Amino acid sequence: MNYNWHWKVLLETEPGGTGTYLHYLIVGLGWTLATALAAWVIALAIGALVGTLRTTPIKWVVRAGNLYVEIFRNVPLIVQMFLWFFVFPEFLPKALGDWIKQMPPPWASYIPAVLCLGIFTSVRVAEQVRAGINSLPRGQRMAGTAMGLTEAQAYRYVILPQAFRIILPPLTSEFMNVIKNSSVALTIGLLELTGRARAMQEFSFRVFEAFTAATVIYLLTNLIVVLAMRALEKKVRVPGLIAAAGAPQAGH
Amino acid sequence: MVSGFDFDVIQRSWGYLFREGMTFTLTLTALAMAGGIVFGTLLAMMRLSSMKPVSMLAGAYVNLMRSIPLVLVIFWFFFLVPYIGAWVIGAKEPIKVGAFWSAAITFTMFEAAYYCEIMRAGIQSIPRGQVWSGYALGLDYWQTMARIVLPQAFRNMLPVLLTQTIILFQDTSLVYVISATDFLGAAAKVANRDYRLVEMYSFVAVVYFAVSYGLSALVRRLQERIAIIK
Repeated sequence: MNYNWHWKVLLETEPGGTGTYLHYLIVGLGWTLATALAAWVIALAIGALVGTLRTTPIKWVVRAGNLYVEIFRNVPLIVQMFLWFFVFPEFLPKALGDWIKQMPPPWASYIPAVLCLGIFTSVRVAEQVRAGINSLPRGQRMAGTAMGLTEAQAYRYVILPQAFRIILPPLTSEFMNVIKNSSVALTIGLLELTGRARAMQEFSFRVFEAFTAATVIYLLTNLIVVLAMRALEKKVRVPGLIAAAGAPQAGH
Repeated sequence: MVSGFDFDVIQRSWGYLFREGMTFTLTLTALAMAGGIVFGTLLAMMRLSSMKPVSMLAGAYVNLMRSIPLVLVIFWFFFLVPYIGAWVIGAKEPIKVGAFWSAAITFTMFEAAYYCEIMRAGIQSIPRGQVWSGYALGLDYWQTMARIVLPQAFRNMLPVLLTQTIILFQDTSLVYVISATDFLGAAAKVANRDYRLVEMYSFVAVVYFAVSYGLSALVRRLQERIAIIK
């Protein structure tokens, strides 16, 4: 294949004049992480709540939880992005909708992106939390209530601490999914890492240098996340509690 | 707001949306599923191979694909496929490849990594005794795989393979980034032409939801039937 590599392009100044292309991409990584982390906070909060509620014996709560999960699981992420960005402000009171639309960049795309990714991921977290709770022997809950704990206390002190330890590995891959999925935000104008690699390719005409650089940055980020989560797993491990290996799952 | 909802724009563009857009989406999904499962099964067999270089090569490919965003993979292949094509046919200049074939190659290569992990779990779920009895009957590796291991692995993994395909169906909407006219792309073009973004994107969401939800309900029923037989 005849392609002339020109790696020095990374050290040339980008047209915006903020610094080198490499710096431009690193700032993109900053936006990727800022989006992913904020979305992850939302996803964990809603996901833990919805996932737990779906294991309670109250029928209508379970139904509502199922409905929430089905809605946000069956619409593609990019379509949800468009809904938050183009459609959602139209259904708000006019003044509020206009205020959102007129926020200075990048906030006008950052905030819808975070909301969208957070809720999209919360559904997947909810599924993991529910699976984690259901994987515990029923005796755990019964023993808890037999000792005089209320239902809520049994969740707080017996079920959830074990369930969260079990689902830590799948949650790690969900976190890496948020980082990857944040790239879809480029379609609503957020210049995160993939968006900046694409922009760099358009400015400099150096296609493969730009994408290789972005790929390497993603790989390094993944490596750091995996190492950090492994350390966390070690730290919270309860001696004697062996987490069952999860069944293979579909993913993207 | 809702009172000003212009349903007419959907009716006007119905043919374009479904005949052009949905056909693109469904063809792409079907091709990528078929290609992805074939290539993914080969990758899974490579990953489980006792030959170290073979299993490491497949492992590296799968981990690479699973570590970078699909959007970036779409960009990669969009620019890479013309070069690979030129290399294959020995042309001097990068060849021209349309958005559809570029997307078909991208999704086949990308989904293969995910199908591979599913098939690997499926192959590993078959007791070793099945393989040994195959060899004891005088079958070679390929015969044992094709006649004994893979049919059982496919059957065990069918619900997960189909769930992955539903995800693939949703993910094909990302070809929007290379301006392909899939279902979302067609709707986006109408939306921008007629300035009817609210109507079009809401309609797209409803259609994707209906198809995905319907298919996943079918998969659940299938899963129950397989579970009973086992």
